[in-house]
Amino acid sequence: MEENQKSRFVVTEENWSLHRKGHQDQQRHLDKINEVLKSNLPDLISEENIILSNGKDMVKIPIRSLDEFKIRYNHDKSKHVGQGDGDSAVGDVVAQGEKKAQPGEGKEAGDQPGQDIYETEVSIEELEEMFFKELELPDLEQKEQSVTTLEDIDFTDIRKKGLIGNIDKKRTLLSAIKRNAINGKAEVAPILEDDLRFKTWNPVEKPQSKAVVIAMMDTSGSMGKFEKYMARSFFFWMTKFLRTKYETVEIEFIAHHTEAKVVSEENFFNKGESGGTRCSSAYSKALEVIKEFYPPTSYNIYPVHFSDGENMTSDNKKCLEHVDELLAISNMFGYAEVNEHRRMSTLMSAYKSIEHPKFNYYILQKNRDVYFALKKFFEKRTEGLR
Amino acid sequence: MRYEICPADILYTFGAYGMPTRFTHWSFGKQFHKMKLQYDIGLSKIYELVINSNPCYAFLLNTNSLIQNKLIIAHVLAHCDFFKNNTYFSKTRKDMVESMAATAERIADYEVRYGKKCVETFLDAVLAIQEHVDPSMMRDIIPSSFIDQQPRRSAYEDLWDLDQRKIPGQQAIEMHKKNPKEPEKDILLFILENSRNLTEWQADILTMLREEMLYFWPQLETKIMNEGWASYWHQTILRQMDLTPSETIEFAKLNASVLQPSKTSINPYYLGVKIYEDIEKRYDILAKEATSRGEEMVTGREKIFEAREIENDTSFIRNYLTDDLIKQEDLYVFQKQEDQYKISDKQTDAVRNQLIGQRVNGGFPYIVVDDGDYMRNGELYLVHRYEDTELDLPYLEHVLPHIHQLWGRIVHIETILENKPLVFSYDGHKVFRRSK
Repeated sequence: MEENQKSRFVVTEENWSLHRKGHQDQQRHLDKINEVLKSNLPDLISEENIILSNGKDMVKIPIRSLDEFKIRYNHDKSKHVGQGDGDSAVGDVVAQGEKKAQPGEGKEAGDQPGQDIYETEVSIEELEEMFFKELELPDLEQKEQSVTTLEDIDFTDIRKKGLIGNIDKKRTLLSAIKRNAINGKAEVAPILEDDLRFKTWNPVEKPQSKAVVIAMMDTSGSMGKFEKYMARSFFFWMTKFLRTKYETVEIEFIAHHTEAKVVSEENFFNKGESGGTRCSSAYSKALEVIKEFYPPTSYNIYPVHFSDGENMTSDNKKCLEHVDELLAISNMFGYAEVNEHRRMSTLMSAYKSIEHPKFNYYILQKNRDVYFALKKFFEKRTEGLR
Repeated sequence: MRYEICPADILYTFGAYGMPTRFTHWSFGKQFHKMKLQYDIGLSKIYELVINSNPCYAFLLNTNSLIQNKLIIAHVLAHCDFFKNNTYFSKTRKDMVESMAATAERIADYEVRYGKKCVETFLDAVLAIQEHVDPSMMRDIIPSSFIDQQPRRSAYEDLWDLDQRKIPGQQAIEMHKKNPKEPEKDILLFILENSRNLTEWQADILTMLREEMLYFWPQLETKIMNEGWASYWHQTILRQMDLTPSETIEFAKLNASVLQPSKTSINPYYLGVKIYEDIEKRYDILAKEATSRGEEMVTGREKIFEAREIENDTSFIRNYLTDDLIKQEDLYVFQKQEDQYKISDKQTDAVRNQLIGQRVNGGFPYIVVDDGDYMRNGELYLVHRYEDTELDLPYLEHVLPHIHQLWGRIVHIETILENKPLVFSYDGHKVFRRSK
């Protein structure tokens, strides 16, 4: 039987190099991921993975909307069949939870529901780029001691004269074609000297600049885990953003209840203390720190205060005075109130009356508000001040 | 038989699409990316892909060694034999390579005419419920009169029925009210015929995708049989060949990796081979006994050919997975208990029933259209035929908007959760759930 079948088969090896369908659809999938990322920016910004990534470059983010949804069985609630070595017994553990079963053999199409949520790796840099495009520094002031330093060169310009090594072939050909076309010839040749185009660089200068973030937070009993997480994720992005604009960005953490002290980052986000709240204590501490270490003449100062808004009413007047003082020396003063239920808070009622271009406030209710708070504080203004 | 040798990324493309000529969609790209990644980091490898067509196509990886190719060719020849001789494949279209190419072209054309995004959204919706077709329509249709007719016990029996005969007029009204008359398993077809929302090009795509699913369906229903058959034959053939010692080792290695059983799932290749071998052994013994009695009986080999012709996975397991084999292969049922998966049952009946349950309807929940004019408002009422396994509710809630997109009106689906009937509805804005 094998003998007479020999003539009945064909072996071929075609050139498959033009078959790009898989790669094209893969690209479409990646594009879709990017679309989702962009539209979900407010949610992604506050993803725990990112804030706690400790400087890792890539983070895994679950993207739910790119699952291929099907009507399928609940994997965790259904029974499955497996196979042992010959001595299995009822009660044996075959797998730890969350582990998925049934990897596909990839033979038939569309037979694998896929048990997991689709996760994608995103570089934090990519996210930053997407996000920071929407932000801008308000009122950038030239500080006294700022010196411009040459950072890099960038090929941004095209000229008719230049080094032959930097010739821009595409533009040169284009201008030759255009010129010939004007003369009624549909040809490339001849290329005249006038057609040559060169890429030319511009030096990129960055002001030698320093900025400091004064992170102030109410650590009294009323500030819970959620409130602190909001502050943490806010400061994470704020520092990252300022780093793109300034050469050095420092951050000082001031924790306060009725008294304020400078603390480490670790203590700032993790330690809780009980007691009442006097916000003015934080502001006067901030003024003190600025006076001692960060002269406003050479530093761009960004004090931001996180609180739940519960302040002793008697303290409000003092707060307002201090805020005025801080506003005079800062680039921007931000007050962020974490207030899930939007109740009227004592501090907010005092701050409502402040009308100062450098004063910003935002009330955060849920995770995604971190994004909107940052946007409010570093809003892109169409009528540029610069 | 046509063999085509191709590089890895092409083979993986075909693996992801199921067919070289299939239409483009991001979900295939996602699948391709996943499979290719596993290949690149050396986690899994596809050596071949067979296509059920005439002649059968087999795609071989260009990095296969000679002995690997020998095994693979024996394997794909058996797949081809299965496609040609198993009864469930008898109605599949053998020109599907060309047909899918035409489909791909038409869809590409619609993309140009109506916009990529628009077509993609529609494809998303269809693909979400593409498995809900009725493959039995491809088989020979048994006339309903044949089923309805009870065998008569006496010549006068029809007289007794006279009393029970319904008044014709009443019956007609009742029939008219309900669409479908009987619960309809083919949701795609029902939507195609009854949706008021589909434009011509959408109906066209729906028709084509349904055709493709019907073509793939027998493969979903015969995974254990088909892979088992192919593996049985590559083992049998290779063992008869003259192999050098190094070739023997390479063959054994590849064979072992293909047939490796798993603690957390059933390897269809392995279980299939074991069942075929068991049938052959048992029937050879029976045949021997029969000949000693002077009777004639099918040999083991003849019996497995019979099985490969007339069974699918569910009937194959029910008829041939014996208690002894279950014990010998140490099969068990396991389930999640707290955060660990533990073996919950080793009774042979439980194992067999569970395996069959997993293979019913190709492993997909059985959903039917109960009413296409629910509340007399043109709403679609679907029912999940619950068989002890609950649905993945978050997924269900995401599928409803897709069905709504196709149907154009409110969509309901009834299922069972913790032994209580529950109805999910989607009105175009929000998913509601209520107990029935």
